[in-house]
Amino acid sequence: MASVTYNNIYKSWGEVKVIKDLNLEIRDKEFLVLVGPSGSGKSTALRLLAGLEEITSGELYIGDRLVNDVPPKDRDIAMVFQSYALYPHMSVYDNMAFGLKLRKMPAAEIEEKVKEAAGMLGLETLLDRKPKALSGGQRQRVALGRAIVRHPAVFLMDEPLSNLDAKLRVETRSQISKLHKRLDTTFVYVTHDQTEALTMADRIAVLKDGMLQQVDSPQVLYDSPKNVFVAGFIGSPAMNFFDATVTGSPEEMYIDTGGFRVRVPQSYVNALRGYGGKKVVFGIRPEDIHSARFTPGGVTGETVRGKVDMQEIMGNEIILYMDTSGSSYTARVDPRERAQIGDEVEVAFNMENMHVFDPETEEAIYA
Amino acid sequence: MSLRLNRLLLYLPLIVITLFFLLPLYVVVVTSFKSFDEVSLQRMWQLPSGINFDNFRLAWEQLAPHLWNSIKLVVPAALLSSALGSLNGFVLAKWKFPGADIVFPALLFGMFIPYQAVLIPLVQFMRTIDLYGGLPGLILTHVIYGIPITTLTFRNFYAAIPSELIEAARIDGAGMLQTYWNILLPISIPAFVVVLIWQFTAAWNDFLFAVVLTNPSNWPITVALNNMAGSQIIQWNVQMAGAFLAALPTLLVYIFLGRYFLRGMLAGALKG
Repeated sequence: MASVTYNNIYKSWGEVKVIKDLNLEIRDKEFLVLVGPSGSGKSTALRLLAGLEEITSGELYIGDRLVNDVPPKDRDIAMVFQSYALYPHMSVYDNMAFGLKLRKMPAAEIEEKVKEAAGMLGLETLLDRKPKALSGGQRQRVALGRAIVRHPAVFLMDEPLSNLDAKLRVETRSQISKLHKRLDTTFVYVTHDQTEALTMADRIAVLKDGMLQQVDSPQVLYDSPKNVFVAGFIGSPAMNFFDATVTGSPEEMYIDTGGFRVRVPQSYVNALRGYGGKKVVFGIRPEDIHSARFTPGGVTGETVRGKVDMQEIMGNEIILYMDTSGSSYTARVDPRERAQIGDEVEVAFNMENMHVFDPETEEAIYA
Repeated sequence: MSLRLNRLLLYLPLIVITLFFLLPLYVVVVTSFKSFDEVSLQRMWQLPSGINFDNFRLAWEQLAPHLWNSIKLVVPAALLSSALGSLNGFVLAKWKFPGADIVFPALLFGMFIPYQAVLIPLVQFMRTIDLYGGLPGLILTHVIYGIPITTLTFRNFYAAIPSELIEAARIDGAGMLQTYWNILLPISIPAFVVVLIWQFTAAWNDFLFAVVLTNPSNWPITVALNNMAGSQIIQWNVQMAGAFLAALPTLLVYIFLGRYFLRGMLAGALKG
């Protein structure tokens, strides 16, 4: 059982810095998800922890042991790879037993551990098969099994679900969450998929261009993103952003996007007091823009009229791509809205859930 | 109809070219069954008057010890150069060390050194290390001359194997040699087939190194075959029977292992 600490970690490939001053504390038994677009350095951060890449500078601790120069096999970690990396010439049993055999564990003990892991993952009947005789989902479970048998202090997973089809991915997601509860160890999980991050993580660390943007629980990241990048990355469909101006007086303050004007709720007025007449980035999530006719109870929205450019019917909701005098945005509305492309509809912005960012720093201005 | 015509246009030239390439083999085979009187320029394209194996018996008597020399030469030479090439290929493709990108081209450079250029220093070197005249010296030469091509083949084969496999083994606790032995070697059989056949053929067919490096008692079959023709009257029928015997092992290797050879070449080229 162990915590993980990244202390001022840098990683460079020649001139290119792929990790810049990473400071991150992963708690013991935590499920931490590293998320970011490709090239954000999330996989590199994980590979540094695995010992597959050398750290350029900084200190990396597993528990209270400095591991900068400890080889992978002595770090008490196990890793699940995106491609699973199963040994093609070995049976499922041997794939799982390989690491234990190298550690000179007695055969009887190996058998016990492999059987136990196979039982946990429903692989009992497949132990004699070679990887090529397995389905994608089965291979994925063998890769998990190979990690489990070692009883590592830290589990590392590099996009383990990205090679599965959509349905299996959802199933395996909850299976991995359950596994985490059951094994009660630290998990560090890399993904580019914000849905995976939100559904599985205790905490999410968002990376961009090698820099840590924000670390927090999924709900906090969703409710209070620290900057424009995190706000746009977490949540699907992504948050709408508008270059806007703060107008009016503290008694009656407005956000003006050029295409429409919405009133700032009283709770936000104080935060924006200093921004009168200045530019800001106004953000609002599609789920906070309702159909004016079907606004849920308790929400008093600022109504805006707009033209429907496109729509996606999801069954339980409709995603409208709207345009109001040149300002375009996405809205998730009630399916009873039944708008047609080209129609003029009235939507209601739930301004209690608005976000405002400084256009220079892109940092959030909190209420 | 046009499909058939296309087929015909494709296969007709192919057949003609094949026959053309088989002409020397035809002459070798028919001559090897002829009696000495039958061998003449006028009758060289004609079939023998009867099948008799006397020529083969005579050729065998002279060549048998040298055939055995060839086997003693080729088997260790092919095995050793393949094993070294495989290890080289592994560290150059998957266990890179600082300077690997300089060592690899330097190794490949060996492929472009003509045999003739190194003969004299080679003989002197073999004398100095006391390996001149016997088979071990010739084996060593073939092993060293084989390293560039075997390294290249294995490196390309291993480069196509996903690096995650090696990383998984490292995390599982395998060191460099354990990774090679447990993970890479068992999946390198296609590459080994290619390289072994290649090296077997190269060493078997070699004449130049053998003639300068070995004493008559250690001559491999290629040199002995050449010497059968040394006397005033050349017994072409026996000579041809000997040539056929000398070519038979490589011929058999290609006939029986040729498809694995092709498969192995493609396995390296297309996908791991």
